[in-house]
Amino acid sequence: MSTESEASPPAIATSGLVRRYGERAALDDVTLALDAGRTLVVFGPNGAGKSTLLRVLATLLRPTAGTASVLGRDVRREGWAVRGRIGFLGHAPLLYGDLSARENLAYHARLHGLSEAASTERIAELLAAVGLERRGDDRVHAYSRGMVQRLAVCRAVLHDPEVLLLDEPRANLDPAAAEQVEPLIGRSSGRTRVVTSHDPAGGLAEGDVALGLRAGRQALLAPAADVTAEQIGELYR
Amino acid sequence: MSAPSPPSTSAAARAVLAKELRLERRAPQTLVAMALFSAMTYVVFHFALRRDTVEGDLASGVLWVTLTLAALLGIGRLFVADRDEGGLEGFLLAPVDRTALLFAKAGALLTFLVALELVAVPLFAVLLLGPTPGPGTWLRLLAVLLLADVGVAVVGTLVAAIAVQTRARDLITSILALPLLLPVVIAAARASAPLLALHGDHALTGRWPAVLGLYDLVFGLLAYALFDFLVED
Repeated sequence: MSTESEASPPAIATSGLVRRYGERAALDDVTLALDAGRTLVVFGPNGAGKSTLLRVLATLLRPTAGTASVLGRDVRREGWAVRGRIGFLGHAPLLYGDLSARENLAYHARLHGLSEAASTERIAELLAAVGLERRGDDRVHAYSRGMVQRLAVCRAVLHDPEVLLLDEPRANLDPAAAEQVEPLIGRSSGRTRVVTSHDPAGGLAEGDVALGLRAGRQALLAPAADVTAEQIGELYR
Repeated sequence: MSAPSPPSTSAAARAVLAKELRLERRAPQTLVAMALFSAMTYVVFHFALRRDTVEGDLASGVLWVTLTLAALLGIGRLFVADRDEGGLEGFLLAPVDRTALLFAKAGALLTFLVALELVAVPLFAVLLLGPTPGPGTWLRLLAVLLLADVGVAVVGTLVAAIAVQTRARDLITSILALPLLLPVVIAAARASAPLLALHGDHALTGRWPAVLGLYDLVFGLLAYALFDFLVED
C-alpha cells in the first residue's frame, strides 16, 4: 500500500472502480494503490470479482465507472501503453494446442516486438527454466495440465513485463513445478504483482498487501502482515 | 532484457497470418470441409437439375451459390481456434494495433477461398460446365473470382468477429453473412454468366466488376473503421 510520504505514483491504482455485467456488479467501488515492486494478494470466494479485477487491469475489460491505472497509465484511455508492460496469466493458458511450445512462444514474442534472435534466446532460456526444453517441439495438445501451466507462465513473462497479473498461478502445478516457476512469477522475480489466491497462509506469506473481495465489494484492504488467516476465512463464510 | 518496442501493424498482421496458415496446415479442417462441401453440392445440382451440363446464367448461379455456401463454412471457423484456446485474448494483450487482426484474418480467409477455388472451379468445369472456356475466358473469370473473394474475405472477417462474441455463433454467422454477401454474389454471378455461356469468349463488361470493386472498397473501409470496436470489450 502506498504511503503519503512516497513521491512516486503507485504502480497500480484504482479509484471507485466498478465493473458491471448487465445489471450485476462484478466489482463495486474498489479503491486501492500498490507501489512498484510489491505484491497485492487478492482473496475472495468464487464470483467475488478477483478475475474481473485482473482483467480490468490487463485492459481486457473496460471499467463501467471509476478509474484504474497501471504504471501511471489509465487502462481505459491508454490501454495500448499498458499492454506491453504487463504479463497476464489467467485461467486459460492462451496457447494453441496444435502448435508446439516453441511455436506458441515465438508467436507471442512476435506480437510483443521481440526480434527473432532475442526471441530464440529468450524462449530457450524460459523453457529450460521450467523444465520443458526437451518437450519444446511437441504440440501443446500432448502436454499435461501442469506442463501447459508452466508454458503459460513462460508466455506471461516472455517480454519481461514490469507488472504481473496472476490468477491462481500455481493451479495444476506440483510442488516441484511451483518451485520452478518461482523465479519467474514469484516474489523473487522483483516485479509488481497482483495475485489471486484461495490459500490464506500461502497468499499472506507472499503478499505485501491483502485485498478481500466479497460479491464485488472491497471487504478488506490491509498490509498482509496485519491480516490473519481467520480474517481471510471470514470472506468465505 | 531491455523492453522491446511494439511491432508495426504489418509485422503483427504477418505474425497472425503465419500462425493461421500454420494451424490450418497442421490440422486441416476448414479447407477440407469447404472443398468436400463444394464437391457434394455439384453432385446434388447434377441430380437436382437433371442435366449433365449447365452453361450461362445457370452455370454462373450454380458456381456462385456453391462458392458462397462453402465460404460460409470458412467464415464460421475463422475464430474457432481463438475462441476455444484463448488466442483472441492472447492477441488483445499484445501492444499491437487491433486492425492487424483484421488484415491477418481477412488474409487467411482470402487464402482459403483461393485455395478452395483452385479445386472447386476445375471440378465444376469437369462435372457440370457445358462449354469449355478458352484461356482468355479463364483469365477473366479469375479476375471476377479475385474481386469477389476480397469482398467475401473482408465481410466474412467482420461477421466472424461479431459472431465469436455471441453464444449463437453459427446462427449469427449465417444470418449476418448471407444478406451482407448478397451484393457480391449477384455481381459476381452477373459478371461470370457471359463468360460461362455456350459461346462464351466474351469480354468482361465493366459494370459488374466495378460493382465488385466498389463493394470491396466500401466494406474494406467500413471494416477498418469498425474492427477495433468489435474485438474490444
